[in-house]
Amino acid sequence: MEAFIHLDAKAAPLPLANIDTDQIIPKQFLKTVEREGLSKGLFYDLRFDEQGREKPDFVLNRPEYKGAGVLIAGDNFGCGSSREHAPWALMDFGVRSVIATSFADIFYNNCFQNGLLPVVLKADEVEALMGEAKGGNHVMSVDLESQTVTAPSGKVFRFEIDPVRKEKMLKGLDAIGETLQKAKSIDVYEMKRALAQPWLEEA
Amino acid sequence: MSGKTLYDKIWDAHVVDEQDGEAILYIDLHLIHEVTTPQAFAGLRAAHRPVRRPDRTLAVADHNVPTEGQALGVDQVADEEARLQLQTLARNVKDNGIEFFPMGDVRNGIVHVVGPEQGRTQPGMTIVCGDSHTSTHGAFGALAHGIGTSEVEHVLATQTLRAKKAKNLRVTVEGQLAPGVGAKDIALAIIREIGTAGGTGYVIEYAGSTIRELSMEGRMTLCNLTIEAGARAGLVAPDEATFDYLRGRPATPKGGAWEMALAYWKSFFSDADAVFDREVAIDAATIAPLVTWGTSPEDVIAVTERTPDPASFATPDKRASAERALEYMGLAAGQPITEAKVDVVFIGSCTNSRIEDLRDAAAIVAKATEAGRKVAPHVRAMVVPGSGLVKIQAEEEGLDDIFKAAGFEWREPGCSMCLGMNPDRLTPGQRSASTSNRNFEGRQGRGGRTHLMSPAMAAAAAIAGHIADVRDFI
Repeated sequence: MEAFIHLDAKAAPLPLANIDTDQIIPKQFLKTVEREGLSKGLFYDLRFDEQGREKPDFVLNRPEYKGAGVLIAGDNFGCGSSREHAPWALMDFGVRSVIATSFADIFYNNCFQNGLLPVVLKADEVEALMGEAKGGNHVMSVDLESQTVTAPSGKVFRFEIDPVRKEKMLKGLDAIGETLQKAKSIDVYEMKRALAQPWLEEA
Repeated sequence: MSGKTLYDKIWDAHVVDEQDGEAILYIDLHLIHEVTTPQAFAGLRAAHRPVRRPDRTLAVADHNVPTEGQALGVDQVADEEARLQLQTLARNVKDNGIEFFPMGDVRNGIVHVVGPEQGRTQPGMTIVCGDSHTSTHGAFGALAHGIGTSEVEHVLATQTLRAKKAKNLRVTVEGQLAPGVGAKDIALAIIREIGTAGGTGYVIEYAGSTIRELSMEGRMTLCNLTIEAGARAGLVAPDEATFDYLRGRPATPKGGAWEMALAYWKSFFSDADAVFDREVAIDAATIAPLVTWGTSPEDVIAVTERTPDPASFATPDKRASAERALEYMGLAAGQPITEAKVDVVFIGSCTNSRIEDLRDAAAIVAKATEAGRKVAPHVRAMVVPGSGLVKIQAEEEGLDDIFKAAGFEWREPGCSMCLGMNPDRLTPGQRSASTSNRNFEGRQGRGGRTHLMSPAMAAAAAIAGHIADVRDFI
């Protein structure tokens, strides 16, 4: 997994609640067998019209937000389908952090598998950041070590994050490699289980 | 010390190791399908890691499959990308010795229909799948939830998941349901009550007399929709209905092993003195047949109600979302929802494609047929059974004849129009009455307008040609 330490980037406001993973990456892009190249499908129905032309009004199509590395959104971002294609598409597009008032559980979890930092702030803080992001051409800083977001005005907002997740994100650890170091414990668990629930071994 | 909840008990029974509040949780059953696994298998290959427990893994082909011509086989699937994904799954399961019900096999179907039907889903288990509706299996008192593809790879490699414990939320539903009201309505009522983010961070246990009275199919519908309330997993404590359902299924234990398993399963219930972090109570008698009006599963009203005024929402982003939803749905504020004319009726999905769902819908259709009515001329109505075995059972009961005679299409199993990854999808502006689980923008096809409802309500809409009160059809 890619580590996340610090990010200085433009932020794009997307002031809607319940932005679901179907909107983040629609179904037709889930037919790939690859992880890469999903940026073409990111927010597809919002970014493109039915003829496949860019919608000039959509925030990520506006020149002042080109290259945005931060997204700022409303409540319950990433709800719906478990598709990890959602964080893959955001990352592939260049978004490294999403700031919202809340996230859906599965999406939130998927972010931490991919070095995409989800930041939870209070409603008034998110609103303030949205205000500062207006017009583009600014820099917002997201720092994981100090757990802060610094707005262009210099205002600093602190966010909470689980310490275990933070540590792994800072180091970009390989979860499978780590768990495999516990293979002995898994062996022991399986032996006990085979004795207690032998019917599960007969399948 | 207070007692343990059902969730606490399942959790505790599966902790392999724990550090800093993060557990390595053993996974008893890993269900996989074609869409969320190719990158996981590629990751394993690249790292030369084997699948630890192929025997605790089961694969189906469901999201992409066409709902006709399945007997022709995967190589004849017209959509090139879907075909490649289906072929990739077939190769991956073969290389790793994983049991697989391929497209066209009678045992194949939607993963959340197949697991229970085969008896692979059992009480007290931990079950994961790269699909958010894995919550369905909680109907059996199993801790079951969706995971992302990185976690699929982790489970394939280690048969464990790294997880943090969620909080406990109990939803108690008491009382008698009114005629025409079922499990789908209970679920929608709960989502309306707590919102699509209401369950975030919790595992929900469903309790109360109304839940105990539900069939296993009904409990699966309810647990299935738990994710739409924001909770990854929903649970119903196992009871005689659970054991009766499981007895004699292909993968359930037999003979002495059955008795042993039964004793173990019966230990999974919330202790009387267990403390829940949050409690919600619902009075079953107050639930009317429900339908969604907008683009989030919390946008729920009774079929007798009107669409809401966006100004009535509390926060600016909710107001903006409501305005946007009405516009997307082609509806005005304050419009009776029964005025919404439907183009397509879809009866299917992991939410509502089991035998009882089809019986409920067929009963409405049969009644209408007796009265000389058929599917409204402007409506395309389709029934997509959840598995090959559900399809066969329905045909043995003559349900297919009832549907076909009234003008419904009787199709082959798969996820189908729930998410439109196969050719079954809405065209821009089309409105559907759908028994599926998500009314998100574009979910059933770009520009498609989805109204979620029960199978009986969907059947009534097919006949009426617009959203209709099922109670007028009973």
